[in-house]
Parts: sequence; C-alpha cells; structure tokens
Amino acid sequence: MIETRQLQLKAGARLLLDGLNWRVARGESWCIIGRNGAGKSTLMRTLAGLRDPDAGSVNIGGRALREWPLADLARERAFLAQSRSDAFAYRAIETVLAARHPYHVNRYWEGSDDHRIAHAALASMEVADLADRDVRTLSGGERQRVAIAAMLAQDTPLLLLDEPANALDLAHQSSVMRLLVRLCREQGKTVVMIGHDLNLAHQASTHALLMMGDGQWQAGPVAEVMQAPTLSRYLGHPIEVVIHGERRIFIPSEDIA
Amino acid sequence: MHPFFRTMRHRATVVITALALLAVASLVLSGMIGSVPVPLSDMPGALVELAKGDAHSMAATLLDLRLSRALVAFVTGAALALAGVMMQALLRNPLADPYVLGISAGASVGALGALMFMWAMWAVDAAAFGGAVAVSMMLYLFARRDLRGAAAAEGGSSLLLLTGVILSSACMAMVTLMLSIAPESRLRSMIFWMIGDLAGAPLRALPWMVLALAMLFALKSARALNVLALHAEAAVTLGIRVGALRKGLFFCSGLLTASAVSSAGSIGFVGLIVPHACRFACGPDHRLLIPAATLGGGAFLVLADTLARTALAPQQLPVGVVTALIGAPVFLYQLHRLRK
Repeated sequence: MIETRQLQLKAGARLLLDGLNWRVARGESWCIIGRNGAGKSTLMRTLAGLRDPDAGSVNIGGRALREWPLADLARERAFLAQSRSDAFAYRAIETVLAARHPYHVNRYWEGSDDHRIAHAALASMEVADLADRDVRTLSGGERQRVAIAAMLAQDTPLLLLDEPANALDLAHQSSVMRLLVRLCREQGKTVVMIGHDLNLAHQASTHALLMMGDGQWQAGPVAEVMQAPTLSRYLGHPIEVVIHGERRIFIPSEDIA
Repeated sequence: MHPFFRTMRHRATVVITALALLAVASLVLSGMIGSVPVPLSDMPGALVELAKGDAHSMAATLLDLRLSRALVAFVTGAALALAGVMMQALLRNPLADPYVLGISAGASVGALGALMFMWAMWAVDAAAFGGAVAVSMMLYLFARRDLRGAAAAEGGSSLLLLTGVILSSACMAMVTLMLSIAPESRLRSMIFWMIGDLAGAPLRALPWMVLALAMLFALKSARALNVLALHAEAAVTLGIRVGALRKGLFFCSGLLTASAVSSAGSIGFVGLIVPHACRFACGPDHRLLIPAATLGGGAFLVLADTLARTALAPQQLPVGVVTALIGAPVFLYQLHRLRK
C-alpha cells in the first residue's frame, strides 16, 4: 500500500531518519513510536505529501507520491493532522462535508449521498448530535472526533493519523481504536498512526515502527518490535512488560514520586 | 429526507435573490433621491431615453448623472467586499481586509504624487493603479515562498502578512511626507482621495471586467476555498492545489483592490464589515458567501454614497466618511453579539 525507499528526513541540519526501507501492506495497522522530536510527525507529513523527503522516495499503491494527481491521491489516502486551528465558524457537518471534496470536482453543491455519508461518519464517532454546532465551540475531544469523522467521510483505503487519541477520554480512545481495527479487518483499509500510549498501540496495531530521532529505526510486527529492552532504548526510559491474562501491559518502571 | 441538504441550496437561492433585489432597489433609490427628486413614475420613461442615447428631459439628465455614479459605487463596493472575502480566506483570518497588505497604501502613494503635481484625472487613476501593482509585485517577490505554502508548516501566511504590514507602513510614511510638503491648494483633493470619494469618479468598463473575472475565479474555487479555510496547508491531502489557489486569491484580490481604489480612492470598512456581516448572517460557506458579499457590498456602497451626497446637501461628503461612520458601530455591535 505504502512503501519508502532509502527515505531520509532532516529537520534543519539534524538527521531524523536515515535509509528507511519500509513496506506497509494492505490491511495492516502500523503505529509509529518514538520520543518527542524524533520526527514522527515529519515522517507522517512526508507520507501525506505535505513535505518533500530530503532523500529517497515514497510510493503509494506502487506509484511515486509526486506522480499522483492530487485529486486521485485524495481518494486514496486521508490525513489527520495533529492539531487544527479553526478561524471561521463552520458547523461540524460542514467540516465533514468538505472532506467529500475529492469526489465531485465539478459540482457546486454536495449531493444527498454525501450528506448520508457525512452523517454516518459523525454517528460512528458518536458526535451526530453536534452536527450543527460551530466547531469553535466544541471541546478538544469533541473537535478531534469530528476531525476523525471527516477523515472517515473521505473514504480512502489508506488512513494516516497523527495522534488520533489526542484529547480523547479513555472510553473514546478505545472506541476509536476499535473502529480503526475493524476498518482494517473488515474493509481491508490500511492504517498508519502515531501514538504515545503503548498499551493502546499494542492492542490496535499489527506492526510498529520505532524511531530514535538520530536516523535509527526499527520496524516489524508488534510481537517482535514491542519488547521491553527495545522500547526502553527507543523511548529513553525503562519500561517493563507485565502479562495480565491475555494482554501485555507496558508500564514505565520508575516511580515518579 | 435530508433537510439540511435541501435547505442549504434553498437558503442560498433565497439569500442571493433577496440581495440582488436589494441591489436593484438601492440603484433605483439612488436615482430618485437628490436635491431635485425624480419620482418613481418618471423612471421608466427616463430609462428608455437613456437607452436610446438622447437624454433631453430633466429626469433623464438627472438619472444619467446619478445612475452612473451609483454604478461606480456598486462596482467599487462589490469589488472591495469580494476582495475582502478573498483576503480573509488567503490569510485565514476573518479580520483581514483588502487594505491589510498595503496594496491600497501603494495606490495612495501613486495617486497623491499625481495629485501633488496636478496631473490630469485619468493620470491620477493610472498612478494609483500603478502604485497598487508595484506593491503587489513587491509582496509577491518577498512572500513567494509563503504563497506557495512551502515555507510555513502550520498556521502559515505570517510572512505574507508581516511583509504586507511593513510595506504598508513604508507607503504611509511616504504619504505623510507628501502631505507635509504639498502646497496648500492641493491638500483638500489629496485628503479626499485618501478618505475615498465617488464624486467625479468616471464610469469605466475595466472595473466591471475585473469584477466579473474575479467572480468567475471565486465561484469556480468556492468549494476549494472552504477546504483551504478549514485545513490550511493540509488542504493538499484533499486534492486542493494550495499553492495555485493562494496565488490566484492573491492576484484576484490585489487586482480588485487596485481597480477599486484607483477609481474611488481608499474607501474603508466595506471590505471588512460586508464579508463579516454576510458570514454572520449566512455562515462561512464560500459558495454562498461569495455572491452574497459581492451583491451586499455593492448595494451597501450605493446606499452609503446616496447618503453621502444628500445628508448635508448641498455639501457633499466623501463616501469613506459615511462607510466608516456606519461601519465602526456595526462592527462593534457584531463583535459584541459574537462574544455573548
């Protein structure tokens, strides 16, 4: 679905990622893990086409990113940005309808199918009752769920999410993750997301990409990559793995107080 | 089945029809009112005379004068309001107006220079247009990276905005310099130009062509503008060519501003409060906002100009005074209502 070859990313003179050869197959769900400033968002923006790689290439569906016409690409992958700044008083439903843009380049108004899809997307994020609210009056978590709903309405095979669990309460964190897992399993969608919650990531992902922030990286199936020594090294903090029933729980092993 | 879907188009039709009627009504009203009133019943006959090209009756002569001035007011107001909408979308800031980037300040430098040397009227207009174009080109050169959307990752457009603000204050310094060294006899006309005055502004085809062209571009990209207003740079991921769209917005709003200020001087507040009022009344969706603000801006300036030439008759006020006097309290009221 998405593939990088010898991808190199820099922030100014600082090397973030070097020689990334990475393949994400259809139906897989990847979590990108690393410390603050390790270049996770930079990688995500590069995959989304918002930024050119400093070296190497990104392919989506076997075609180099820069060879895709933008409108076609918008039907292939959706991107959830880390944060949003809402300058205008759009209603929640309007922000979701705007995500249908790639599907009718030559129409002035949306059709009734777009409205059906938009309402379904809002309902799946449990924000249907907020449809007519000004987005600037929503809480952080509500706004985030409306943004994810918009992304779902874009209806693409590939979803790139920069911290989807940001600002969500516990219940919605797991319901969003459940939804993403279901999309991968049942509809064969592909998910690449950034997350800081290791337990959430472990449950929701099939694979993980660890980034050190100095060029080093490690990628593979969750069971292989998400081991205590590796995670401790990449996150710069000792981490223990506790087996709880059938689940593996990751806990930072130093006391704070 | 989907009430929202029906009402959106329905509402757009109602609002645009209502504003179009308001625009026509404002033109008719401006033809009727003046030191010698023209009754509504004389209008059709006078219009027929005008259409034939020989205006010999009193009503037709008056109508010729008033209507051509009202039409200049309409095209100027419409251009300023549309430029305001575009500038606000470009900078993603609802407080931007067509003058924020200094394009009108550039026009002021040109126009005031020409007035100071007592050039002919057409040369003043040309100098104003030249000044506006010069500032636009400087802006484009300085902030090209920003317009492409490559420079700023999030929240962008600050380079463009800052460059504009600085160019604007540089131009205003030159304006002040000219005002302080200009001969006494020229001062009045220079100050009237700065406030914005429609008296003696000739009716030309060019502003209408600019307006039509910009309108076409705006309506074609209305949906893309919504996406840009929502997502800024990330609009790329929804298939918007952000760089091209922002360049288009920059050129159209610059051209509109240049054409508006070079025929009527820098009339304030229209480009700020008309888009604001329309957004307040019918929402931020550009598909409705663009035609609504254009019609609303035109009608607003026609009414303001009618007021300007009748309020203290026989003395004529520059229309910029009226728009600012109406605009400031209306804007404050809106702001207050919003905060509640």
